[in-house]
Order: sequence, then C-alpha cells, then structure tokens
Amino acid sequence: MTIPLTWYLILSGSLFTIGAVGVLVRRNALVILMSIELMLNAVNLAFVTFSRQHESMDGQIFVFFIMTVAAAEAAVGLAIVVALFKNKSTINVDDINIMKW
Amino acid sequence: MPNVFGESFLDLIGFVLLLPLAGAVVNGLCGKRLNTSVVGYIGCATIGLAFLISVLVFIDLLRLSPEHRLFEKEFFTWIGSGTFTAIAGLQVDPLSTVMILVVTGVGFLIHVYSIGYMHGDEGYYRYFTYLNLFTFSMLLLVLANNFLLMFIGWEGVGLCSYLLIGYWFEKKSASSAGKKAFIVNRVGDFGFILAILLIFVTFNTVDFTEVFHSTPEHLTTGSVVATAITLLLFLGATGKSAQIPLYTWLPDAMEGPTPVSALIHAATMVTAGVYMVVRCNVLFVMSPFSLTVVAVIGGATALFAATIGLVQNDIKRVLAYSTVSQIGYMFLACGVGGFITAVFHLMTHAFFKALLFLGSGSVIHALGGEQDMRKMGGLRKKLPTTYKTFLIGTLAIAGIPPFAGFFSKDEILLEAYTKGNLIFWGLGAFAALLTAFYMFRLLFMTFHGKSRMDKDVEAHVHESPRNMLIPLIVLALLSAVGGFLGLPAASAINSFLAPVVGGGGHIGGVDGGQAHHVSQNLMFSMMGLSTGIAVVGIALAYLMYIKKPELPTQIAGMFKLIYKILLNKYYVDEIYDATIVNPTIKSSFFLWRWIDVKVIDGFVNGVARLVELNSEALRLFQTGFVRNYALSMLFGGIVIIICALFLL
Amino acid sequence: MSFPILTVVTFLPIVGALWILFIDKRKEEKIKQIALITAIGSFVMSLPLFFKFNLATHEFQFREMVPWIKEFGISYHVGIDGISLFLFLLTSFLTCIAILASWTIKERVKEYMIAMLVLTTGMLGVFISLDLFLFYVFWELMLIPMYLIIGIWGGPRRIYATIKFFIYTMAGSVLMLLAILAIHTLYYRETGEHTFDLLTLYNLDIPMRTQFWLFLAFFFAFAIKVPMFPFHTWLPDAHVEAPTAGSVILAGVLLKMGTYGFVRFSLPFFPYASHQFVPIISWLAVIGIIYGALVAMVQEDLKKLIAYSSVSHLGFVMLGIFVFNIQGLEGSILQMVNHGLSTGGLFLLVGMIYERRHTRMIGDFGGLAKQIPVFTVFFMIVTFSSIGLPGLNGFVGEFLVLLGTFKTNVLYATLATTGVILSACYMLWMFQRVMFNKLSNKKNRDMADLNRREWAIILPIVMLIFFIGIYPKPIISRLDVSVNHLLSQVDAKYKKTVNRLKIAEEKLVLKGDPLWK
Repeated sequence: MTIPLTWYLILSGSLFTIGAVGVLVRRNALVILMSIELMLNAVNLAFVTFSRQHESMDGQIFVFFIMTVAAAEAAVGLAIVVALFKNKSTINVDDINIMKW
Repeated sequence: MPNVFGESFLDLIGFVLLLPLAGAVVNGLCGKRLNTSVVGYIGCATIGLAFLISVLVFIDLLRLSPEHRLFEKEFFTWIGSGTFTAIAGLQVDPLSTVMILVVTGVGFLIHVYSIGYMHGDEGYYRYFTYLNLFTFSMLLLVLANNFLLMFIGWEGVGLCSYLLIGYWFEKKSASSAGKKAFIVNRVGDFGFILAILLIFVTFNTVDFTEVFHSTPEHLTTGSVVATAITLLLFLGATGKSAQIPLYTWLPDAMEGPTPVSALIHAATMVTAGVYMVVRCNVLFVMSPFSLTVVAVIGGATALFAATIGLVQNDIKRVLAYSTVSQIGYMFLACGVGGFITAVFHLMTHAFFKALLFLGSGSVIHALGGEQDMRKMGGLRKKLPTTYKTFLIGTLAIAGIPPFAGFFSKDEILLEAYTKGNLIFWGLGAFAALLTAFYMFRLLFMTFHGKSRMDKDVEAHVHESPRNMLIPLIVLALLSAVGGFLGLPAASAINSFLAPVVGGGGHIGGVDGGQAHHVSQNLMFSMMGLSTGIAVVGIALAYLMYIKKPELPTQIAGMFKLIYKILLNKYYVDEIYDATIVNPTIKSSFFLWRWIDVKVIDGFVNGVARLVELNSEALRLFQTGFVRNYALSMLFGGIVIIICALFLL
Repeated sequence: MSFPILTVVTFLPIVGALWILFIDKRKEEKIKQIALITAIGSFVMSLPLFFKFNLATHEFQFREMVPWIKEFGISYHVGIDGISLFLFLLTSFLTCIAILASWTIKERVKEYMIAMLVLTTGMLGVFISLDLFLFYVFWELMLIPMYLIIGIWGGPRRIYATIKFFIYTMAGSVLMLLAILAIHTLYYRETGEHTFDLLTLYNLDIPMRTQFWLFLAFFFAFAIKVPMFPFHTWLPDAHVEAPTAGSVILAGVLLKMGTYGFVRFSLPFFPYASHQFVPIISWLAVIGIIYGALVAMVQEDLKKLIAYSSVSHLGFVMLGIFVFNIQGLEGSILQMVNHGLSTGGLFLLVGMIYERRHTRMIGDFGGLAKQIPVFTVFFMIVTFSSIGLPGLNGFVGEFLVLLGTFKTNVLYATLATTGVILSACYMLWMFQRVMFNKLSNKKNRDMADLNRREWAIILPIVMLIFFIGIYPKPIISRLDVSVNHLLSQVDAKYKKTVNRLKIAEEKLVLKGDPLWK
C-alpha cells in the first residue's frame, strides 16, 4: 500500500503553517530560528514528494541546496542571536527594534 | 578729385574717427605712466588733426556740385543676419560735414582749455581718455551711414557722458548724476531701438540713403507707421537732447568738470537729438502730427526751461537750463519744418554756449570752485578777458545783432511765425525775452555790482592762464561772426545744407523751392521785434540787478509760491521720484520678498515639504519588529498566490 | 578615418582627471597645473573646429560614429554644426578660465579638480551628442560633479542649495528621459527599427497630440535648466552658494544647455507643438526679462543680483528661439555665448573681490574705484557688456533677438525692449554703490589690485567682449547655414502637420460630421 500524495502534501503544509505561525507568534529568537528551519523542511518534504511523483531527480537536488542554505542560515542566525544576547542580554525580539525608521 | 595725396581727401574720413580713438586708446592704456603734458598733447593733437582733416574734407566736398555732395565709405559688414545688414560705413554729406566741423573744432578748443582747467587733477589721463573717446563716439554718431551704427555713437556718447559727469566719482552727487543721465537716456534709447526695428520692418534696410530714397514708396503722409517711427525717434531725441519729459538729467549733469559741460552738455552731445531729427527730416515730413509734437515739445521746453533758469543761483545750472531751452528752440524749428534753421542754431549755439560754459569755468577756476552766483559779483575788473568774452557770449544768446545768436534765433522765430502759427511764435518770443533776462541776470550777478565773495576766496582771484583764455577768445570771435553764415543775403549755410533736407526746410527769406516767400517787410519787422524783445529783457535785468538790487527779493516775496516752484524746478524730479522711481523700487521689493521668495520659491519648497510629510507618515510602517515584516511578507505572498490563481 | 577631434577634446579632461587620481593629494600645486594643462589642451585642440568649420553645409561636421549598444540602436555618435560649435568652444574656453580662477581653492584640491574636469567632459559631451541616449548620459553626467562642487566647496547654505539644484534639475530630466524613450518607441512602432540616432529620428513625424505631451516633457527639463520664469528659484541659491568657478560654469555653460536643448530637440521634433506653445513661452520670457530685472534691482548680494540678471538675459534668448526667424534664432545663439562671457566675467570679478573681503554684500563696499583702478576698468567693461552697450558683445545678440521678435510680434518686442532700460538701472546702481562714492568702509582700504593670474583670467574675456561687439561676422556667418536649415526643416514639418489637419477637417466637413464642434 502506497501512501497517497495528498497525505505528504498535507503534512508538508501543516509543518509549514506551524513554522510560519511559530515565526509570527513566538518571542524567543531561538524558537523563531527553529520555526524557520521547520518551514524549510516542510518545503523539502514537498520537493521530495514531487520528485518521487514525477520520477525526476530535480527536486532531490533542490533539497540538497536548501539544506545547505538552511545550515548556513542557522549558523548566521545563531551568530546574530549570540551577538544580540551579548549586547542586550535578551533574545526577546520585542525588545529588539533598533531597525525602526 | 585728386589732390597732393593723389586721392580725394574724402577718403581720409576714416582718420577723422580713428585719430580721437587712437588718442583715447593711447591715453587710456599708457596715460598713467606718461607725463601729464604729453597726455594733454596727445589729447589735443588728435582732435586738432581730426579738425584739419575735417576742413580738408569740407573743402573737397565744396568742390563737388551740390547734387553730388554725398560720399559714402564702407569698411566692413558689422552685423549681417538674413536680410538684415548693418554696415560699418561712413557718410559725408553737407549735414555731417557741418557737424564734424563743429565737433572737432569746438572740441579742439575745449581740449586745449582742459589742459589748463584740469591741471593738477589726479585723474588727468583718465579725463583726456574719456574726452577723446567722447569725440570719437560723437563723430561716429554724425558720420554713420545707417541707423544702427549711429546708435553705437549715440550710446557711446551716452557712456562718455556717464563717465565724465561722474568723473569725480567720490562725490555721491556726481556719481548719482552720471547714473541718472545714463538711465534717463536709456528711456529715450528705448524709443530709438523700437524706431530702428520699425524702420527695418518697414523699409527692409537701415541704411540712411536707401531709407530716405524709398520713403515715398513705403510710407504715405500721415500714416500710422510714419507717425510711429518719427515719434519713437523723437522719444530718443528727447532723451539725448534733454527735452520734456526727459530733460531732468541735464541740470544734474553739471556735476561734471566744466569743460565737459561745455563740450558734451552744451555744444555737441545734447544736440545729437536735433541732428538726428534733421537727418531723418524726410521721415518727419511724412507725419504732420509728429512735426506738431516736435514743435510743441520744443516750444514748451524752450519756455519751461527758461522760467526755471530765471531763479537758479548756481552759475552752471542757469547755463544748463538755458541749454535745455535753446535746444527747445531747435526742435521748435524742426517742428515747423525749418530743419536748416535748426542746424544753424545748433551751430551758433555750439559756439556761444561753449563760450559761456568755458567762461563760467574760468570764473569757477578763479574762485577756487565756487559756483554760487550769490557769492560772486564785481569780477569784471579782476577777470577782464573772461568778462569780455562772456559778454559777447551773453549778447549772442540774448539775440542782439550782429552776434551769432541773433540770426539763428530770429530765423527760428520767423519760421515759427510763417510756417507754424502765432502760438509757436509766442512761445519762442516769450522764451527769448526770458533768455535775455536770465542771461544778463547771470552776467550782472557775476561780473557787476559789489563783490559778495568770501574774503579768503577774494584774495586768490586770478585771471585764468593763457591756454584757457585763447579758446575763449576764439569762441568769442566765432560767436560774434558765426551768424553771418546764415545772413539772408549770403545764406551760405542754407544753400550748403539744402540737398540734405530735400527742399523741406529753408531759411526764410531766401528762395528755396516751394518754401514760403517771405516778404522783406515781414522779415525786417521780425528782426526789429526780436531785437526789441531782447533789449527789453536786458533792460529788465539791468533794472533789477544793477539799478535796484533789492527788487528781486521784493518780487520773490510777492510771488512766494511761484518763486518757490521755480526755485525747485517745478518739483519735476520729486514728481518723477514719487511716481516712477519709488514705486518701481517698492514693487521690486514686493516682487522679490513676496512673489519670488514666498510664492514661487514657497511653492518649490512646498512641494519638497509635501514629499517630506508623506515620507514622515510612510516611515511609521517601519516598526523595526522582524515579525511585522514577516507577517507582511506572508500576507503579500498570499495575495500574490490568490491573484495568480483566480485573476489570471 | 580622420582625426577624432571631438572625442579627443571631450575626453581629454577625463584623462586629466584620471591622471590626477594617481597623484598624491598633498601635491596641490601639481594637481592644479595638470588640471589647467588638460583644460588648456582641450581648448587649444578645439580651436581647429572654428577655423576648419565648413560654412557652406548644414550637415553635422567632424562626425564620429561607433555602435555602442546595438540591440537598442544606441551608438556613440557625435558631430557639430553651427549651432553647437560656439557653445562647445565657449565651454572649453570657460573651463580654462574657471580652473585658473580656482587657484585659490584650499580644501580638497584633488577632488575639486577631478570634479571640475569630469564636469567639463559632461558639458562638452552634451553639445556634440547626436544620439539621444548619449545626450542623456552626458546630461546627467555633468549634474553630479556640479552637485559636489556646490555641496562641498560652497558657502554656508551649500547643502540646501545643491540639493535644490540637483532635485529640481533631476525632476525635469526624468520627464525628458520619458520623452526620449517615447520618441524611440514611436520610431520603433513605425519602422520596426531600434534607434536613438538624432538624425534618423528627425525624420519621424510625431502625431499632433503626442507632440503636445512630449514637448511638455522636454519643456520642463529645459525650462528648469534655462531657467525660465517661474522655474528659476534654484538659480539664485545655487549661484550664491557655489564657489566662483562653479558660478562661472553654471551661468556660462549649464544654463545654455536648456536653451540649446530647445533649439536642438524641441523645435525639430515638435514643430507643431512649438508653434502652439509660442504665446506661453513668449509671455514667460517677457515676464522673465522684466521680472528678473526688477528683482535684480533690489538685491543686496552681488551674486544674487547677477543671478537674477541671468533670468532676465535668458528671457531674451528664449524669446528669440520661439519667433522662428533667422534673426531671432541667430540672436539667441549669439546671446547664449554673450551671456556666458559677460555673466561669467561678472562672477569672476565678484569672486575676486570676495576673495579679498569675504563678503559680497553691496552695502559693504563703496568707493573701490580709487582703491583698485584696474579692476574697476574691467568691471566696468563687463558691466556695460551686460547692459548691452552697442560696440560690446551684448548688444549684437540682444538687438537681433529684438529684431526677430519685432517682425513677428510687436507687443513682445516692445515689452522686451523695456529690459534695456531696466538693465541699465540695476547694473549702474550696483556699480555706483560698489565702485563709486567715498571709500567709507575701512576694511576696503587695503584691497590689492589685480594680480597677474587675475589679469590672465579676465583679459581674454574682455577681449572677446570687444571682438564680438565690433566684428561678430565670423560667428554669425558660421551660424547662418545651420540656422537656415533648422528653420526650413521646422517649417516644412510644421506645414505638413497643418496640411494634414486641414485635410482631416475637410473630410469631416464633407461627411458632415459634427465632431469638431
């Protein structure tokens, strides 16, 4: 028995939504970063699904790229969070609005 | 007409111009390093040579038959654009010859006089540079063969007048007077430029000969265009020749050195307007209305200026108003068609007015700069030569036979009577009476009676040096005999100038084409009458200033208001200030402070401010919260997807 | 291929700028010398243009053409005709003068000279471009150095002035860019060919209604640059704040780009619209003449006075361009050159006394004539040139403009002629207050007369002032053929449009269609 395509897509969509909501509602910068990872992986899942469906390797290749980007992003993001914490002693994003105006 | 040079002297006409210019350039560039006497010699020699050449030119011109007395020499095309060409060319004809003789002749005498008068002045070389430059411009004005080149000379003399009136520029009154002269003249130039434009549009040329020859084709008598051209030209003339309403600069121009007043503001430049009207007589004849305007303005100015002259106390100002008045006579003559008479009076006036100014200069020089006649008196003994020559000049201007002024003024009155009407004659005759009166008043106040000088001034009074007296004597001779040129019996000037005026204006009494035949009786009775008028004027002056010196004060006391108005020159300057000058400056301030800064620039800055305000409002969207940005990104993404799905 | 003289002249300054780039900024004297040498080199190289100019042809001469961006039909196409010749020469001439006048610059000499040289290339390029794209590139290229020159080396309010100048001009240029693209597209639609080439695009027959809008777009760009009343308010601010050389270039060359643009682009591209706009432009020009003069009269700052007098003078130029006859147009072009010389000269002279006294207020002076006689002579000559005294350059141009105007409209000419009176008023009043009367302000007592460098700056200008006033023929004769050609070109296109309009109307009449009611 094969699991139908829709299931994968529903899972991917749910993961993406959880990630997006997480980005929007959580205040902790670390959690936001994790939510972003979640969104990226939701996309990865969709790519893999379609790749298998269309029997093409393009999607798989994209997943590798995205994983690389996600790793780089996590590195940069964590570095920023660390730097912020050093300066402001907080990683609550509500307290970080120096980019205003 | 070959001569020793193998060529006609007429070909040398260029040198008449070139010499004064060269003098100006040399004195201007190296005058500072040259010895003052050398500067003076250069100034005089160039004009003297120019005068000699002018005489030769005159002789050569005389040898031609009257119809052929027109010689043109063209040098190069000055401006040529499309069909418009203005050529740098000179024209020698009887009229311009008379003018160059007067300009270089009187000019030479005044240059010589200046050597003495300006002796020891700091800006000696500057003075002679300007004076030579002036002579050049004046000669260009009278020799030009087209309107535009004439305009160069016209403006050139204006420039030199500006420079020379403001020669002592450290005096505020002098520099203001120079500025005023130039600006008032510019008002006249406004008319002159428009006239030139209209002439070109009408005739398609600005060349004198072509314009005047084709006048009958392009203009009809009394047409609007003819009237417009002539009135605009006349506006130019009123500026330069100090007529109503633009005369106000001339009395102020007396701030300049006295020889300048003699040369520019008496003998030559101020008569340029008369020259121009005579030069364009063919055009003026086409418009009877303009001629009437010219006559009315001329007559009115003659009388108006004379009345002001009655009460002025500054010796030069009296002479200035007298100049305005005398030029009014010339225009009166032009206006009634007596163009030659106008030139005749121009010439005699040049002699006696230059003489009078130089004489007054001699007095001022002797008194160490005093110009107020109330502080003179009794100078007859101390300045004998000056007195004698001055007396001749005064007799000439008053119109006592056989001096020069008598003939020309009498001709004008005769013309005014025969060709004009009784009103013109009345204006002229009454002005003549006043002229005789105020001139003798001047003479009596200055030279007769008791001395009213300050003690220390009196001690230093001395007769002027010889180089100042000789010009006076020569001019006195000319003032004494110059009138005979126009003597009805000989009337040399009439027949000489006749070709220029095309039969329009002859001196009365002599056969001249369609000119009026004036009976001998009328002529002699007019002569007697005008002499009588002059004598009455003199007698009045004698009564008031010699016999009963207390009389003037009494009369002034009786007619306080009139006296005050006259003394203040009818308040014309004040009226001009109040109605033209001040409103212009006030409205300029208004334009600048309100319209320019507040309205126009306010609008520009307002636009900038508007953009700024919008940006102020828009930047509030930048909260700085990353989540807000993420939300709007998400929202935007959703909108795009919806659009992509449903709208396309 | 012949020697690419235009390219060499135009890009020589930029080469000089590159050279200066590699010089130690402390060697100020050397930097100045290099800048001067390149400017003079560029000027000397441009002289053959004058002497070898072919008077007989209306074609563009000394042409060079190299494809640049082929896909869009953009090419490096330069050339010169009688109309641009003198503006080109004036630019290369005034640059030498301006650099020589900048000798007293103390701060950031290196950057200043580089800006100056880049500016020169931009200005020269504008006058020779025969490709609309290229033209736009040069047009904007010159804006930036000017912005820097005013903004860095200017007076106290330099930031305000320079931003105003920049944004105002930019706002106009953007519209022009749109119009250029529109012309390009119109041509593409008609022929299916991409080109920005001016000579090719001249053949384009633009529909009436489109002409109107495109003319308006160009009008804003050029009218701001000229500047015409009421777009002039950036000028007094920019002039007052700019350093001397900046003012000289601004008045001498930059303003001419606007008027040149009208002649080169507006007239031949949009003849019909140009004719439609005559009343508006003429009235604005006449108002500019009188208004500029009146406002100039009451200024207290010398530079502001000269700036407003520029508005007045440029009014004459605009008036002459839009009368569509040879005297008017030739007078205008001559007046552009004259204004560059006399107003440039005035700014130089004011700069000289500013360097001595660090003030430009008329009230601070008075009686200078005695203190600095040589300066006085030069100042007087240039003043009278600006007034338009016959025998000096200003008169010839002014008179021809008035003549051309008078032929078509007496009212405009009469009103413009009042400028003759007013110019004497404000100039002579200023001159009296600065140079004449008693030397009352003690600070003026130790002013020195002109030094040798200042002689070298002002003497050539005065010589040209005399030359053009006395013998303008070499200039006018070079203008003749080009101007005639331009006018006939405009006239032919205008008549074509009018004819088409007539035919269209007739058709409507035949059909009895009440459309036009």
